[in-house]
Amino acid sequence: MINVFTQHWQELLVGFGNTLLCSVIALFFSLIIGSTFAIFEVLPYKLLHIIGRIYIEVFRNIPLLVIGMFFYIVVPQFIVTLDGFTAGTIGLTLYTSSFIAETVRAGIQAVDDGQMEGARANGLTFMQAMWHIILPQAFRYVIPPLGNQFINLVKNSSVLAFVAGFDLMYQGDTIASTTFDTFNTYIVVGILYLIITLPLSYYMRYLEKKLA
Amino acid sequence: MSSLAEAYSWINLRYLLQGLLVTIEVSVISIILSFILGSILGIIRYIRFPFVSAIVGFIIDLIRNLPLLLLLFFTYFGLPQVGIKMDPLTAAIAAMTVFESAMIAEIVRSGIQAVDLGQMEGARSVGMTYWQGLRVIVLPQAMKKMIPPLVSQFISLIKDTSLATIIVLPELLYRAQIIYGQNTRYMVPMFIALAVMYFVVCYALSLVASGLERRTN
Repeated sequence: MINVFTQHWQELLVGFGNTLLCSVIALFFSLIIGSTFAIFEVLPYKLLHIIGRIYIEVFRNIPLLVIGMFFYIVVPQFIVTLDGFTAGTIGLTLYTSSFIAETVRAGIQAVDDGQMEGARANGLTFMQAMWHIILPQAFRYVIPPLGNQFINLVKNSSVLAFVAGFDLMYQGDTIASTTFDTFNTYIVVGILYLIITLPLSYYMRYLEKKLA
Repeated sequence: MSSLAEAYSWINLRYLLQGLLVTIEVSVISIILSFILGSILGIIRYIRFPFVSAIVGFIIDLIRNLPLLLLLFFTYFGLPQVGIKMDPLTAAIAAMTVFESAMIAEIVRSGIQAVDLGQMEGARSVGMTYWQGLRVIVLPQAMKKMIPPLVSQFISLIKDTSLATIIVLPELLYRAQIIYGQNTRYMVPMFIALAVMYFVVCYALSLVASGLERRTN
């Protein structure tokens, strides 16, 4: 097991970095997209509500792998060439944003109705009230579930291995298939994933207890 | 337009639907096994047997925080090195069951914990044993709270079966790849078919779940 690490630490490090990088990029963009659709769902416009619903249900109910492969295999044929990392990260972003939209929507709805009423009664517009009053409060409810989404995101980023995204899983697979030491290689890869996800997961549990 | 009709010829569709059947088969078996195993593990974790619960809890945390894809690779490509060989179907079911049991154990534990402590105290004070209280009073109430997260876990299990395409399990995604591998013009129609089939199965399950939720309330 130590051998795998000492001989291949450079490849593993590149993979580790790529996994972190694509997770952070995907988190950033899926937060923006997800929050937008979450707000669509609480706005009093029927059309936006329907658009938000369709987006969320579509991307929640199709496997991430299918979405990722679509961007890696189909999109380059018709629109623009994407390398594996980009295609995978786009897929991850779209997939995760639907879950984040649900999380944020639940957070917004958990804020007491009186807050919005009070804000409106004080002369704020709907959007001002949303921005200054509701979202800051909703943010507190959504931090633990968002943390869990990020953990899922890191784990899900392993599908980049399917589209040659040079992430941790891909590098591990390459090492395993050249050295034939599959057993130990996958254990090392597993430990590297746990280095990211396990502390986060314990921290989120602690936060949940603290905020509850 | 003719290529669309060709892509959705009965032979191709039948081939895809057989894949959907494999997907559903793997999902149903894994759901049943992991529900049983996950409930047992979740209860063990909740009850707090000395040592046992702590160890079980740590193992659950390890598995939950690993990618399922890694477990699949490990089961199918890693374990043969130490003499455990499985065919793709068994490997897929084994890996998914291990992973999903850990996820379900966590859902079960937090479901039980969400039941008010007074319920157990009440049960004990009217003369029930701890086990009777757990089985008759606490678990049924916990079950109600567990339904929504359990169903979304099952939905993600169905979606995750697509990962087993890498260990050549002939499920839906694998078969779609075979079809568009023969003729690249089938690529778009195949991806549409994939999206529709997965969507229908998963969305139907989520509709059933919300119906169930409304009835229990």
